[in-house]
Parts: sequence; C-alpha cells; structure tokens
Amino acid sequence: MLKKRLTAILVIRDGIVVQSIGFSKYLPVGKAQIAVEFLNSWGIDEIIYLDISATPKDQGPDFLEIQSVSKKCFVPLVVGGGISSVGDMQKLVKFGADKIAINSAALKDPLLIKKGASILGNQCIVASIDVKLDKDKKYSVFSNFGIDIPEKDPVKWAKTLASLGAGEILLNCVDRNGSKVGYDINMVRMIVEAVDIPVIACGGAGHPQDFVDVMTQGRANCAAAGNFFHFTEHSVINAKAYLQKKGIDIRFDTQAHYMDFEFDDGGRIAKRPDRYLAEQRFKYYPPEII
Amino acid sequence: MGFKNAINMKKILLIDYKLGNHQSVANTLTFLGYDFLISNSPADIKRAQAYILPGVGAFPEAMKNLKAIGIVDVLAHEVIKRKKPILGVCLGMQILANDSVENGFHKGLGWVSGHVAKVPPGQEIRVPHVGWNNIHAVSKNPLFSRVSSNTNFYFDHSYHFVCNNKFVAATFIYGHKMIAAIQKDNIFGVQFHPEKSQNNGLRIYRSFFNYCGIN
Repeated sequence: MLKKRLTAILVIRDGIVVQSIGFSKYLPVGKAQIAVEFLNSWGIDEIIYLDISATPKDQGPDFLEIQSVSKKCFVPLVVGGGISSVGDMQKLVKFGADKIAINSAALKDPLLIKKGASILGNQCIVASIDVKLDKDKKYSVFSNFGIDIPEKDPVKWAKTLASLGAGEILLNCVDRNGSKVGYDINMVRMIVEAVDIPVIACGGAGHPQDFVDVMTQGRANCAAAGNFFHFTEHSVINAKAYLQKKGIDIRFDTQAHYMDFEFDDGGRIAKRPDRYLAEQRFKYYPPEII
Repeated sequence: MGFKNAINMKKILLIDYKLGNHQSVANTLTFLGYDFLISNSPADIKRAQAYILPGVGAFPEAMKNLKAIGIVDVLAHEVIKRKKPILGVCLGMQILANDSVENGFHKGLGWVSGHVAKVPPGQEIRVPHVGWNNIHAVSKNPLFSRVSSNTNFYFDHSYHFVCNNKFVAATFIYGHKMIAAIQKDNIFGVQFHPEKSQNNGLRIYRSFFNYCGIN
C-alpha cells in the first residue's frame, strides 16, 4: 500500500534557507545545497524548495541554483517561487526539478495550471494554497504579496485547482506557520475531503506527534514541515522513528533508525546511558556501497 | 586521443526529447560514476550502447516531440534490430506501449505490446498515485537483482501500463495490482522513478548498466 510521506520545505529568501514565522519573521539557516544533502541522507521522502523572494522582486526562478541543489537530491524535488509561464516550468524540470509548485501565478492566471498539466502531466503540478483566518474567523485564501484572490473560499479554490489539472495540493496554514503548536487539523481535513487528489499539509509542526495527528485525524497524504527539520541532527530519522512506533506506514530504511530508543517530552530521542555511548565510540558502521 | 574522440566513447545515452527530468537522471549517473551523453542526434544514437528514456510529462506531448525531432526510426533500428538495451522511466516506459488514453487517444512506439490506461480512482485511492509504494519483483534479473523483492520506490503518475503477464517484471498495489516494471528481451521499463528513490533506485541503475556490460 502507498505510504504516508514526510516532506521537508526549504523556504528560500534572498538565496539562503530561512526559518519562517507567520510569513513575516525570518531566521537564517544556510545554504540550500547543504540542507538538501543532509535531508537526503537522513531519508526524507520529498523536498519542497520554495523561493519566497522571487515573486515580490519580480524575478523568475534561479535555474542554475536549482541545478546545483538537485545534484545531491535523490528524492523528489518540488520547486516553487517566481514561476510565471509553462516555459519556466519546463526549464525547471530540465534543470533538476521533479515537480512544480504554483501559488501566486495560479491566483493571477488559474489557466496556467491547465496549460502546465497538459505539457508536463498533472502529476508534475503541485498547486499551493495559503490559508489564513480572516477578521470573521473564517478560513480564507491569502496572498502574502497582495495579489487579488479570485476565490476566497479555500474549499472552492482547492476544487478549482484540482479540476484545472493540479496533481497535488500543498496546503499552508499561515497562522500556524512557525508556531510549533501543531497542524490545523480541521482545515487540513476539510480540504482533504473536498478534493480527490493528494494533499500535503504544512504549517505548525513542532513535535513528531503533530505528524501523526495530521496523517490520521487530518487524513493528509503527506505532512510537510520547514523549521522542524533545521538545527537538529537526524531530525528526519528521529521523526520517522516516532511515526513508525505509532504505527504509521512510512518509508524507513536509513542505516540509523533509533527504533530501540526512547523519546523525551519534546519528541526528541532521549539520552542513552553513558555506558552505551562509550561503547559506541569504538563501533564501526561501514557505509553501504551500491 | 583527442577530446572529440573521448566524447564519442560515451556508451550511455540519455535521450533528450525536450520532456523529462534529464538533470535528475544525470545526477544519479554521475553519482554512480558513469560517463554519459544527453543528446538526440542520430549519430550519437547509433554510437551509444545503452539508452535511458527519461520521462516527466504528458503522453501526447512526448510522442509529438519524438516525432518532431525525427529519431523514432533510428532508435527503433538500434533497439529492435540491433538489440541495444533501453530503460524507459515513468513516461519513458509508457511511450513504449501501443497506445495511451492520456488527453485523448494517442499511438505510442509499440515496442512492447500493451496499453496505457488511467489509474482507477477509488475510496482512499487518490489519483495521481504519488509517493513511496512497495513493489513485488516477479523476475529478479536483471533489474531487481540488488534489491529485496519487497522494497519501495517513488511513484508519481496518473496512468499505468497494461500488458501481457509475460512482460511483467514487477508489480505494485494501489487499489488494484498494477505494473511497476516491464521487461521484453533488451527493452526495460519502470513506472517508478529510480533516480528519485534513494539507494534502492541507485541499485536499479547499477543493475541495468551491469546487465548492459557497462562499467
């Protein structure tokens, strides 16, 4: 059976990976190439590269950067940011992207999704939606760049995007972005039940249990997180070990697995006894040769 | 030996038909240490010893491009007559079929007798079929000789290959049992993306090139 996916989002601002908080505050992380190399070796299922400074600066995608980033990426690479034409999409695929994420461009011209899908196939097009609670506490489609929204209702907008030929929905909860309080389960579930294409949920992951919740109660096909995976060694393996223990069917075949480890309250692997650590110093784990 | 001759010695050809994730496949081959060429010139096709037909795209667009470039006949000669090995990936495998119903009815290359049909949707069966799924290898050799017979690969497709059981090399289950890999003499195809399936995928490419006798 198809496994649930755990996806990392690399938010790129002015050429470097950042942690994003509420779409307004940003903390620098480092070079995308290095983040990709580490996430790849930790067994992430997919990487989403989102250049959030391309559209406001009116720049196209940085193709050479994508080419460079893709070199160490042996998992699917989804690229978004600054895409305005089918030509951009084709060029991105040529330069190492496997799928294309479209957000602002679809708000400006929804038919772009249809055109892209007819050339690259609908499996290649990921339609991204930013959703925020509005003044009346209603879910509403949001643009961080002040673009006119053709359809405010996220359910209707998701259905429109799916009918135009999008292969997946990337659902960002703006209010939860960087909050670490967990996914907005109700919103995710609402979109999952409205469309018949896979949904990637994003925004709010702070604990591995949040992935479990959004995959079970939220019924998301894929849980994505950005900030969660940074600044923690083996963050992906750690999260997958937790998911595996909770009975979620995921791909888990990294050499390190931590299945016999305990977790602390924060969801990180608990410290092992000193004797165990001392023994590990003299253990040799040979790298696998393919 | 001059630089030009050195290029001519490259045995692996990634067929460039303006559609497909050539960079991703190229990254994988570079990682594994192979020399290869990305080209669509008839001269390069004649010289190569093995072909990879990558694919990310829609079926009609792929066939249109292949015909427009005008390499269908030369490629058919090398693969069918001269029995040079070819590996089609995802869409690259689907265009080996007789026909597809993606965006209307379209004829394919017809090298492996079969059809391309839509993945049937159902309860909890969302289409496209995206993500990591287990496969069951029916025939281990040569493609699956280095992986366990119940391992996972990355899939991303809305259409699937339908053909006679004798060509099936591996299957997967998504609602129904479908074809994950095909094999007909020197013609191979995989529905999943080995270049995006981490170590398991690297093993598939290694097995394929070992079969081709390329080091």
